[in-house]
Amino acid sequence: MTAIDTAVAARAKRGSRIPLALLLPALLGLVFLVLPLAGLLIRAPWSAMPSELSSAAVWDALKLSLICATSATGVSLVLGVPLAWLLARTEFPGRRVIRALVTLPLVLPPVVGGVALLLALGRNGIVGRWLDSAFGITLPFTTTGVVIAEAFVAMPFLVISVEGALRAADPRYEEAAATLGASRLTAFRRVTLPMIAPGVGAGAVLAWARALGEFGATITFAGNFPGKTQTMPLAVYLAMETDPDAAIALSLVLLAVSVAVLVGLRDRWMSTP
Amino acid sequence: MTTTRSRTAAATFAVLALAVGLTACSSSKSATPAASGASGSAAASASAPKATGTITVFAASSLTGTFNDLGKKFEAANPGTTVKFNYGGSSALAQSIVAGAPADVFAAASPATMKTVSDAKDTATDPKVFVRNTLEIAVPKGNPKNLTSLQALAAPGVKVALCATQVPCGSAAQTALTAANVKLTPVTLEQDVKSALTKVELGEVDASVVYQTDVQAAGGKVDGVNFPEAAKAINDYPIAEVAKAPNAAGAEAFIAFVESTTGMQVLTTAGFQAP
Amino acid sequence: MTTPSLDAHLRVERTGFSLDLALTAGAGEVIALLGPNGAGKTTALRALAGLLPLTAGHLRLDGQTLENPAAGLHTAAERRPVGVVFQDYLLFPHLSALDNIGFGLRCRGRSKKESRAEALPWLTRMDLEEHAAKRPGKLSGGQAQRVALARALAIGPRLLLLDEPLAALDARTRLDVRSQLRRHLAEFDAVAVLVTHDPLDAMVLADRLVVIEEGRVVQAGTPAEIARRPRTDYIARLVGLNLYQGVADGRRVKLEGGTAVTIAEELTGPAFVAFPPAAVTLHRSRPDSSARNVWELTVAGLDLHGDQVRADLTGPLPLAADLTPAAAAELDLTTGATVWATVKAAQTHAYPA
Repeated sequence: MTAIDTAVAARAKRGSRIPLALLLPALLGLVFLVLPLAGLLIRAPWSAMPSELSSAAVWDALKLSLICATSATGVSLVLGVPLAWLLARTEFPGRRVIRALVTLPLVLPPVVGGVALLLALGRNGIVGRWLDSAFGITLPFTTTGVVIAEAFVAMPFLVISVEGALRAADPRYEEAAATLGASRLTAFRRVTLPMIAPGVGAGAVLAWARALGEFGATITFAGNFPGKTQTMPLAVYLAMETDPDAAIALSLVLLAVSVAVLVGLRDRWMSTP
Repeated sequence: MTTTRSRTAAATFAVLALAVGLTACSSSKSATPAASGASGSAAASASAPKATGTITVFAASSLTGTFNDLGKKFEAANPGTTVKFNYGGSSALAQSIVAGAPADVFAAASPATMKTVSDAKDTATDPKVFVRNTLEIAVPKGNPKNLTSLQALAAPGVKVALCATQVPCGSAAQTALTAANVKLTPVTLEQDVKSALTKVELGEVDASVVYQTDVQAAGGKVDGVNFPEAAKAINDYPIAEVAKAPNAAGAEAFIAFVESTTGMQVLTTAGFQAP
Repeated sequence: MTTPSLDAHLRVERTGFSLDLALTAGAGEVIALLGPNGAGKTTALRALAGLLPLTAGHLRLDGQTLENPAAGLHTAAERRPVGVVFQDYLLFPHLSALDNIGFGLRCRGRSKKESRAEALPWLTRMDLEEHAAKRPGKLSGGQAQRVALARALAIGPRLLLLDEPLAALDARTRLDVRSQLRRHLAEFDAVAVLVTHDPLDAMVLADRLVVIEEGRVVQAGTPAEIARRPRTDYIARLVGLNLYQGVADGRRVKLEGGTAVTIAEELTGPAFVAFPPAAVTLHRSRPDSSARNVWELTVAGLDLHGDQVRADLTGPLPLAADLTPAAAAELDLTTGATVWATVKAAQTHAYPA
């Protein structure tokens, strides 16, 4: 019997006796997470769905959501992966502080994040003022603003995921690459990055999902205008004010699209053992 | 430079306060229901209802300042009572009441939003209009772009924040714009009047169409510009007792207090008009 | 020999450890760094590869100075003509065997196609053509070792470093791979330095051994010299000899504890004396033999060593003795038993310390 056989046998044997102390809370947790979704599905105005979803505004919002979430993920990848590398592979004073700062948007209420973005990148913000006067660029109330708000909230997920993958990856492969003539950048590009691809993928999926559902920072920083900055969550929120049925219909569309994308990506990117 | 910075700081506080307000709003459904049992004697007359316990008031966010003030005065006049407020966009509040939120009193910023509640038979009394509010153009302090009319807002390069049409200030603004025959593309449709005003305070937009009372409540951080078409879009604020009010006696007492001379004085001082 | 191809004086200071190792080698020579764990072998290797900066000293290869801390010179690892075969090979798991070998070439600006064309002959040399497309995970230990070697050689290094090249292999493949590695090293025209703690690997593969302990060279020479004349307990144990240090006075070497060993040679002054465990004969009672070296000792431990029983004895002269299982049974050897050990002077080997 090989070690693997033994392990499989052991797992199968233990599987027959799941302790109640674990099973019960686990099932409760599952119900807790699934029940609201079930509520949404059961109470959904199915007969009215076609008319609710026939308006172009819905599809505009959905298209905008997908474009912005994907762009925000792209921005997060371009900036977040190097940031994660810096945190995982280099030593510099204040690294722990920087790391804490990077993860701050995770705990910051998104609305406050949006205000912070306004104060930094708004027309009167510390950087935004200069962008406006020097280049005539204003970011709030633009689609770019949506991408920025979403990236601000989503990037920490990516950074944390990639940093974890980097820490788990053996840095000696980078040394091996160096002895073969690879510069640090080449080693990162050709060796480290492919090796941590699953971690990057998982982080990107998380970031994308977070960006897709982003509400607070977006509405505060980018405002709400159909076709330009009104993403699905904003549309859902405003529909909720007057027409809950429409809001539910919109939510279901968002849910369906994100489930489809996440299931599709899962096989490609996230290898669960 | 210094003034700008301090203004920005003040604005930050204003916006942070707003953020906190939103959080409170979203958690309102779990707010403690009024801990009162004194509703048995419903025979209490409208002129002097006996109020005790906690009274929960859902009010349009444009009423924030005045109702806070009224709440304190009411508590002083009726020892043993506590008034709790939940401010938010009128439509969001209406939705939460229909969904069963434990409110005693609902004060909305438009008859339309009140109607969603009364249509659902969730009001105990017929809604009464207790104040009216007029629109004003809010501009950053000093009116840097010198905007003096609704027409001026439609000029290219002028960034305007409006309320979303789903909320009263948005539909009122739309009525005024239609009356003025002004076609205007705002940069954003905000989810409530305070957010629209915040964008002006931060200088992110050049103007917004909000209530006179909001401009006044901003306390000099923004300037208000009157425009004639506002007369065509005067907003009525109805108030009503909620059907399933946990503290019906308290609700009646509070509504009576709002409509009293003292109450009206507080409201008119803040810029509201008597109906 | 003219100027040596490799001329290194490696000095690395770290808290709690210092390495001070002078190393020279001619082209085509294979040097083995032999030493116990923590002796500084891997540190030396990393210093040669440029993965660890020198604190002092120098490193010259084919007349070119690669590192000289005094002059502020440090050539980065990626700019050194140095190939490394790592202990666990560190083959890139996401690349095929062929692309692993071609990696160094790609870093030198070759296109993917060119690097593959150049890497292919290496696969042929290593008898790995049919495994070209395989990922490292699908290769056996021996195959992976050959890919790692080919990857290091493909960049045409002037110095080849091998870190415990056979340690990751099981005993059977080890024999095969060792002889293959020997062939490849023999063909290699530049300097090769291999690090190992296995004396057999060192002796089979290297022209010259450098034994280091605690960051210092304790002995250097050809495998034959070192096997015959170990100078430290560590080497003696490695080559399977009992080794003692003392002062010779004619045909006797007097050891520190006062015990003396009679030797065959004439020698004076500080000296080592060594004899193999097989040269020891054990008796349960004091023997009446002609042997001059007789010691009363206690059995501290017994274990099977191949088809021999190795007895560890303590007493005035701690030593290891080998005897057949039959002899061990006949003597009724048990731990704690008292035995008499004899060694014939002719079977000892003494040399100046």
